[in-house]
Amino acid sequence: MSYDLLLNAVMAGLLLGGFYAAVTIGISISFGILDIVNIAHPAFIILGSYIAYIVNAQFGLDPIAASIIALPVFYALGAAIYQVYYLSFEKRGQDPLRGLAFFFGILFITEVTLVLTFGVDYRYVQAGYIEQSWHIGIIDLPLRMLVPCLMSLIMLVALQLFLTRTFTGRAIMAVAQDQLALQLMAADPIRIKRIAFAISIATAALAGAFLIIIQPVEPSIGRDYIGRVFAICVLGGLGSLPGTLIGAVLLGIVESFTATFYGPSWGPAVSFGLLLLTLALRPVGLLGR
Amino acid sequence: MNSAIRSGTFVLACSAVAAIVFVGAWTAGNDYVFFAGYTVLQFVVLATAWNILGGYTGYVNFGTAAFFALGAYSTVFFHKFYPMPVPVLVIIGAVVSGLVGLGMGYLTLRLRGAFFAIATLALAVVLQTLVVNWNYVGGARGAYVIRPAAVEGLSLPYIQYLFLIMLALAATAIVTARIVERSKLGFGFAAIRDDELAAEASGVPTLKLKLIATTLSGALMGMAGAPFPYYIGYLQPSSAFALEYAVNSIAMPMIGGTTSWVGPLLGALLLGTLQQITTVTISSAVNLLIVGLLLVGFVIIAPNGLIGLWQRLFRKQ
Repeated sequence: MSYDLLLNAVMAGLLLGGFYAAVTIGISISFGILDIVNIAHPAFIILGSYIAYIVNAQFGLDPIAASIIALPVFYALGAAIYQVYYLSFEKRGQDPLRGLAFFFGILFITEVTLVLTFGVDYRYVQAGYIEQSWHIGIIDLPLRMLVPCLMSLIMLVALQLFLTRTFTGRAIMAVAQDQLALQLMAADPIRIKRIAFAISIATAALAGAFLIIIQPVEPSIGRDYIGRVFAICVLGGLGSLPGTLIGAVLLGIVESFTATFYGPSWGPAVSFGLLLLTLALRPVGLLGR
Repeated sequence: MNSAIRSGTFVLACSAVAAIVFVGAWTAGNDYVFFAGYTVLQFVVLATAWNILGGYTGYVNFGTAAFFALGAYSTVFFHKFYPMPVPVLVIIGAVVSGLVGLGMGYLTLRLRGAFFAIATLALAVVLQTLVVNWNYVGGARGAYVIRPAAVEGLSLPYIQYLFLIMLALAATAIVTARIVERSKLGFGFAAIRDDELAAEASGVPTLKLKLIATTLSGALMGMAGAPFPYYIGYLQPSSAFALEYAVNSIAMPMIGGTTSWVGPLLGALLLGTLQQITTVTISSAVNLLIVGLLLVGFVIIAPNGLIGLWQRLFRKQ
């Protein structure tokens, strides 16, 4: 095993991990904090990719800028979905089984609609930095990996500050633990949950743009990410953003090593295998409470 | 004793219905009826199997495709390794999938329901990756399984033979579901679904019952998958592990109603037939969209499915 191959595999894993953190952060909020098992999240990420693709192809706008413009739309979409979810399942006290089936249906509808609209061809975006690469010593830093990784770290830090320093953010952290106490602080738990879920969907717009910068996208690749996001979320300890980052980097490195030394066709099994192992051995995750 | 007699009558009734269905399909005199009917019956088995775990016990399984594909790929394996008649392969498929169901249960059932659901999804991807990388069963390229023209000793065209097997499997699945539903086992399952903690506290052996449910459900799904390579002729991982099996086997019980064996049967017959029609008349992508929309619509508007709607209509009067 050559030294620079190893070093580059580690570096690629770190960059990939940064991106995975952006993909998972929405699930960490919805599943980790709100206890809403939104398995449709990866489908929204793909939707985000396609929006970045359309805006990029039509107006030549940078994909990340396009996704920032799309943020309010995704936020509104998230708020609307939570409202339906709340009225149909949480309020009626329906068993979680139907909530799961609901999101599974949404995942499917989103994917098939994308297939019917855009077909199953791979789509990609154009931006000046995508084909460039920096070289530091023997380490390669492709910008198509570095830019999403850095942007995702910025997003993570911003959200962490929001969750720990603002009233609404702290209310979000509290909502899963004690709704009554929250009401006594004059905060409506339903409103807080709606805001949190809307934020979680909004992160999918950005994550989608990162995804299509990193690799070409077609509608069904979202499924590969279902395993990844839940593996990272569970690995990091549910609902902890620093834990999410650690889990994401860990998975990124493991995947990068597998791809470098065994071949990329084993990639999907790594995350899911890691998920099954975590669930079987340490279900509370690395930073679990 | 009384319930045993009723079960006996039910088995007879099921066999009679199956015989009528077969004769009916046969008089249609068109092989397409058998091809389409096979798919609908396959969904009857899958939906009923899913419901034993999902509907009775309350654990959502997103990995139907994994158990189905296990049955299909065990057939591909033995087709190359040591060819055997389809009924034997069905039993092998059931054993393989049942064992994987048991293992799956051991790994995850001590956790909350949502984790089980995610883990089943994970299982499907792990198994698909293994199959893609396993050259003996065709790997990513897929495997040809040549269907014999006719069955030895039976003067039946092969597709009619497969149809007959699937018909028998559907009857088996329904009888199993009904027996489970009315036995002590079924009451235990319902107790787990309604309140697992309370069930555990009242002395219901929850882990054991859940393991029985995953094994039974997995085995039935494997049975449904075993004849599939002969039906399709060319099996590749993406068709055996197709997500449409997962979404259909969830949507069908949800649309029919999850509390009794009638629900999945009703849902599978309606949705399966509808899909056969839309696949022929419109396109297969549109038919999947319809399934998704129906699933979401039903869980929001009619959470207890068609059976729930029926009961609401007739009990009020």
